[in-house]
Amino acid sequence: MATWTWFHKLASPPHFYRIAGKMIPWFAIPAALLIAAGLYGGLVLAPADYQQGDAFRIIYLHVPAAWLSLMCYMTMAISAAVGLIWRIKLSHALAAASAPIGASFALLALATGSLWGKPMWGTYWTWDARLTSELILFFLYLGYMALRSAFDDLTRADRASAVLALVGSVNVPIIHFSVTWWNSLHQGSTVMRKGGPAMPVSMLAPLLMAAAGFTLLYAALACIRVRGEVLIRERNATWLKELGSA
Amino acid sequence: MEDFLHMGGYARFVWPAYGLGFLVLAWNIWSALRVQRDALARARRRAEIGRTEGE
Amino acid sequence: MSGLTTSLPRAAWLVLERDLRLAFRRWEQVTHPVVFFVMVATLFPLALSPEPALLRSIAPGVVWVGALLSSLLALESLFRTDLEDGTLEQLTLSGQPLAWLLLSKTLAHWFLSGIPLVVAAPVVAVSLAAPGESIGVLMLSLALGTGVLSFIGAVGAALTLGSRRGSVLLSLLVLPLAMPVLIFGSRATDQAMRGDLSNGPLWLLAAMLILAVTLAPLASAAAVRVSLE
Repeated sequence: MATWTWFHKLASPPHFYRIAGKMIPWFAIPAALLIAAGLYGGLVLAPADYQQGDAFRIIYLHVPAAWLSLMCYMTMAISAAVGLIWRIKLSHALAAASAPIGASFALLALATGSLWGKPMWGTYWTWDARLTSELILFFLYLGYMALRSAFDDLTRADRASAVLALVGSVNVPIIHFSVTWWNSLHQGSTVMRKGGPAMPVSMLAPLLMAAAGFTLLYAALACIRVRGEVLIRERNATWLKELGSA
Repeated sequence: MEDFLHMGGYARFVWPAYGLGFLVLAWNIWSALRVQRDALARARRRAEIGRTEGE
Repeated sequence: MSGLTTSLPRAAWLVLERDLRLAFRRWEQVTHPVVFFVMVATLFPLALSPEPALLRSIAPGVVWVGALLSSLLALESLFRTDLEDGTLEQLTLSGQPLAWLLLSKTLAHWFLSGIPLVVAAPVVAVSLAAPGESIGVLMLSLALGTGVLSFIGAVGAALTLGSRRGSVLLSLLVLPLAMPVLIFGSRATDQAMRGDLSNGPLWLLAAMLILAVTLAPLASAAAVRVSLE
């Protein structure tokens, strides 16, 4: 079947290297445009929120960062599973590549959430359900990267961290649920309102653009990082030697 | 322009947040490119060694 | 070889019984974590204040944090001796499903590390001015929660087998996964202390235990295989 041959081609390192190399500009340029448009729209064009004033503009970084941190984790877990089950090294490479990206955006989500929290709730940190589960997600990323670096052998690092990623992915909904439940018991009068359908288009559109831009940026970054991984993992392969002398 | 920088009084929250945002974006791009660049350099060097050994 | 000579239930039982028997010879592996638990709980009145009202409000949290840290300590001994003397490798080569054998091992570990905490908990709770009515719920929540911690911890222990800086790494891996247990466990006790029904968190702990018992051994088996390669 045509789709399977495509998939098998993609899983082959030399093909992936070439195709990913071509895809990078197709991801990176729209990403740059969308992010620029989204952030400009959010920072300059969108009207100030009637309750939070201009402080709400942090949302244009905070929400896309949080969204990306979750998406990276899902990608990490799924590609780890694929790598473990079908023994595709590239899949493991994608998991490894996604971790630092996801961790940095989790940190950004936490930091921007904190900076948003001060004008909103009067404090830099609060055990709000979302902040807390994001913090635990950040810990999970750190644990994953720590486990990876504890192994010298790449295959063992791949497979051990894949097990960890999968265990973590079962736990992520549990963590989210438990923290939400725990926090709802302490919920005071302030509730972090999420910009949803209640948001006017002028505020929502830049947000969606920024989120889409971040996602495409991740795709570009993943391509770059996995190509780097391929070069390291395949260092003894003949196709690579030919590439190096090209 | 003044109003824009002032951010309705929230400047000391909004601008550090955006500063961090650009920092994280920049780091991600730089870090990914660095991994790729180092790996490529190492691969090239290995190909060099391979060729000189074959001669 | 026509087939396995030992049935799976028998093999699982043998593993369980062996671990329990060995523990009786190395009694300090059981007692040390409990002593640690009591000491950690003692730190809080010393560091904060001995005032009963304060202690009572933090008692569920302190007991649970102490139990969590103590479980982490106890996890070291889950695989260490078996790794050193080659038993672990024998288990993987035995032809029996490794996940079932590890389930047995983890059950033994829960019995040896979790139950002593449950027994010690009333003493600690009373020292922290917790009211008598809440102690039953505290013990039940600990009984369930230490089970979840043993099973999740087994996965972490398997992943960090024989690693040099294993214990810190183990904590980094297990603590985020253990946070929901902490939340529900201390929440159950807290609610019992305030006279509310504590069913909700307890049922959730039970559900987590069932999930852990069914899924964690599979992950542990995979992790052991990776570590022994």
